[in-house]
Amino acid sequence: MSQAETTGIKRNRQALAERFRAFIDPEYVISDDETLKPYECDGLSVYCEMPMLVVLPETVEQVQKVLQICHAEGVPVVARGAGTGLCAGAMPHPEGVVLSLAKFNRILEIDPLARAARVQPGVRNLAISEAANAHGLYYGPDPSSQIACTIGGNVAENSGGVHCLKYGLTVHNLLGVELLTVEGERLSIGSEGLDNCGADLLALLTGSEGLLGIVTEIRVKLLPTPEVAQVVMAGFDSVQTAGDAVGSIIAEGIIPGGLEMMDSHAIVAAEAYAKAGYPVDAQALLLCEVDGTEEEVHEHIDAVEALFRRLGATSVRTSHSEEERARLWKGRKSAFPAVGRISPDYYCMDGTIPRSQLAHVLTEMDRMSQAYGLRVANVFHAGDGNLHPLILFDANRPGELERTEEFGAKILELCVEVGGCITGEHGVGVEKIRQMPKQFNEQELAQFHRIKAVFDPDATLNPGKGVPTLRQCQEYRSLDMNIEPNAGAAAQHNGRCSHE
Amino acid sequence: MSDISSQLQEQILTAAAEKQPLQIVGGGTKAFMGRQIEPGQEILSLAGHSGIVSYHPVELVLTARAGTPLIELEAALNEHNQMLSFEPPVFGETATLGGTLACNLSGPGRPWWGSVRDQVLGIKMINGLGEHLRFGGQVMKNVAGYDVSRLQAGALGTLGVLTEVSLKVLPKPSDSRTLVFEAGADEALSIMNRRAAEPKPLSGACWLDGKLYLRLSGAHSAVASTAGYWGGKPLEYAEDFWQQLRDQQLPFFNAASEQPLWRFSVNPTARIPRLDGRWLIDWGGAQRWYLGQEGQGPADKAEMERLAAAAGGQVSLFRGGDRSAEVMHSQPEAMQRLQQRLKQAFDPDGLFNRGRLYSWM
Ligand SMILES: Cc1cc2nc3c(=O)[nH]c(=O)nc-3n(C[C@H](O)[C@H](O)[C@H](O)COP(=O)(O)OP(=O)(O)OC[C@H]3O[C@@H](n4cnc5c(N)ncnc54)[C@H](O)[C@@H]3O)c2cc1C
Repeated sequence: MSQAETTGIKRNRQALAERFRAFIDPEYVISDDETLKPYECDGLSVYCEMPMLVVLPETVEQVQKVLQICHAEGVPVVARGAGTGLCAGAMPHPEGVVLSLAKFNRILEIDPLARAARVQPGVRNLAISEAANAHGLYYGPDPSSQIACTIGGNVAENSGGVHCLKYGLTVHNLLGVELLTVEGERLSIGSEGLDNCGADLLALLTGSEGLLGIVTEIRVKLLPTPEVAQVVMAGFDSVQTAGDAVGSIIAEGIIPGGLEMMDSHAIVAAEAYAKAGYPVDAQALLLCEVDGTEEEVHEHIDAVEALFRRLGATSVRTSHSEEERARLWKGRKSAFPAVGRISPDYYCMDGTIPRSQLAHVLTEMDRMSQAYGLRVANVFHAGDGNLHPLILFDANRPGELERTEEFGAKILELCVEVGGCITGEHGVGVEKIRQMPKQFNEQELAQFHRIKAVFDPDATLNPGKGVPTLRQCQEYRSLDMNIEPNAGAAAQHNGRCSHE
Repeated sequence: MSDISSQLQEQILTAAAEKQPLQIVGGGTKAFMGRQIEPGQEILSLAGHSGIVSYHPVELVLTARAGTPLIELEAALNEHNQMLSFEPPVFGETATLGGTLACNLSGPGRPWWGSVRDQVLGIKMINGLGEHLRFGGQVMKNVAGYDVSRLQAGALGTLGVLTEVSLKVLPKPSDSRTLVFEAGADEALSIMNRRAAEPKPLSGACWLDGKLYLRLSGAHSAVASTAGYWGGKPLEYAEDFWQQLRDQQLPFFNAASEQPLWRFSVNPTARIPRLDGRWLIDWGGAQRWYLGQEGQGPADKAEMERLAAAAGGQVSLFRGGDRSAEVMHSQPEAMQRLQQRLKQAFDPDGLFNRGRLYSWM
């Protein structure tokens, strides 16, 4: 950015900050570089950008005014929850305002009989289940980041967790939202009932990455806490066999509460970190959790154990206490930090594939791993086909991040080729915008833009995220044609941080 | 059993060139839903566009052309002991997959097993520009781009023509049993909601004529032990009961065709308003059918909407009554504008199902 531009932003910054301070506690209108710094990125820190301003309003009226002012001035607005996103969805815009919903952290109502809760968007995912626990209820979707991430961010990303196969994604667990449009107009979407008249706008908004409106209140469903949950852990000497075992469980008519797979790299890393008792010599590990009534769990656990043995599991172990169950899960749930310990950096991918393609995809990935000279550890939401390859790299080695990104892009393209998609739960944001044209053609992308224009004709809500412009697509195509395989020539993205 | 999507596309392109409005017809079994069709619309029939494109029982995913009859899907799933978990009402043998998604119709298991909207993974559709587009996919999780697939649920075909639908399917529960209790409506509502908050394999809760019906589905041992614990009288021919409820074949629904049938979708715990007509409660309290009196007019609709809003939800005139007036719950002005613009984003010339959902769309 040129000197003149920077000065221009700084001048606007102070003028705009003053206008916001007229109705927001001045302390919550951040305009100095030092305090702005923590907002420069979300959980994917390879992308960062300093915002012009950050505001932390406390009432819906304040949010409304912020939006009205920004709309009138043509200033971009980027909503932000906890900033744990993994696609640079909450990365600021250099000339824009970051609208943090952090102060909206109240649970407004829990209705145990109707099994619903009304919450503000800045409430942490886990806090909902903690509050509902007294009534024997909980909120279903449980992203691994649930201690920190907000329900508003979950709605914007349609987040999942390890229990999606049985209990669904965020979109399946919402009843309604209160939305502010880019003009600051209030809309109520959904209701206290299950279905509503007309096209399903609630579904359209879920997973829309802050591009269509600002969510200011959410009504979620609550589920009865299962009486019992038990987990069976099984080691296998090939990924193929483990994959077949997953299919066999489903074929048996059992829908496990959670069904996770890890490959040998992930097993070794997780065991070193969490000491969960994983079989470190196995090529693949399955964690199959069955929940429900006591009788049902017994019936299904017996069936799952027998099935694993029949299919040649090299080890089978079942949890017999809550403590043991927690320990078996601990390895899986800390897989990311565990991998973080065996490598200076790691890059988490998020493709989805038809389960039948698992062995093929892992073999291909192995081949690419060798070609790129980068290790990969795989954790896999095996039940629903959502693959998280973790590429291990060292950002301090020149060119390695670029090679990692190129490798990651190839993995996503492979997912699309085998009938899957580029993101199962982390969203597109800035990070995967380059792969959108692999999954969607120009007419489809144009349809997305027309939808966006319905809500935000001037495109000031979270600009540059989610859907590439048709011009960007043309640029990507010409880059694709010139790209030399394995040459580390990944296109430079907007907002890529330099790692000196 | 064939793919006629290029013919459909051609018909739409011709219609677009001539600004000829189109009425989308699946099996035509739900012609009674939505508003009366405005005159001068040409029929766009999906009946010839049928057949299962792929079905992978182990992946729990089925893809079929939109004109495929539901009974054909059910037969295929049955062979693998699987089912459409949203239990779509089969209004006649020709009811189609596309029509079911467009109407967002789900059966008694909806609160526990999800709706058709919940189980949709992806679609192919033709928009008003005649473009054949694909959204979502055939995998359980997919958050790339806006969720255009689920957006179609309830749009009654006003946004475009669905040509293909991919769904998540589920194994059939290995056992099922229904318990009957004598109860008034208020008491039944209270029991339904309390039972639904217990971690037991409840899969249906309906009240009609002083009787509460609770359906349990799941592993045999879980169903048996819960039944022992909850009591009640076992219902014989339970499967027929739930199917007749699903397909609206219970005597309750056999009213004179002029009698308006209202569908309330509300907070499951909301009290039943004191009205003269008859009620049937389904979905554990979240869906209620009200059979009104002949000759109900717009004033009655406004009153129904007031009651629905007080119960935290919405109402639509499902069948009968005055179908030239609005039949869906009215929308605030800001929502009207938004929905009109959304319609334009998909169908700029307003070709599809003009005025079917709302007069202003
Ligand atoms: C260690 C780790 C593990 C994770 N595990 C999972 C997992 O298992 N499953 C999973 O799905 N994700 C996972 N994530 C990703 C991330 O936690 C989720 O995407 C989460 O939903 C983001 O919530 P947030 O509050 O941090 O949102 P942010 O990162 O702040 O924002 C995410 C997006 O939401 C938008 N947004 C936020 N609030 C609003 C609002 N009120 N209105 C409109 N738009 C809004 C932002 O503009 C941005 O585009 C993980 C992340 C980490 C770091």
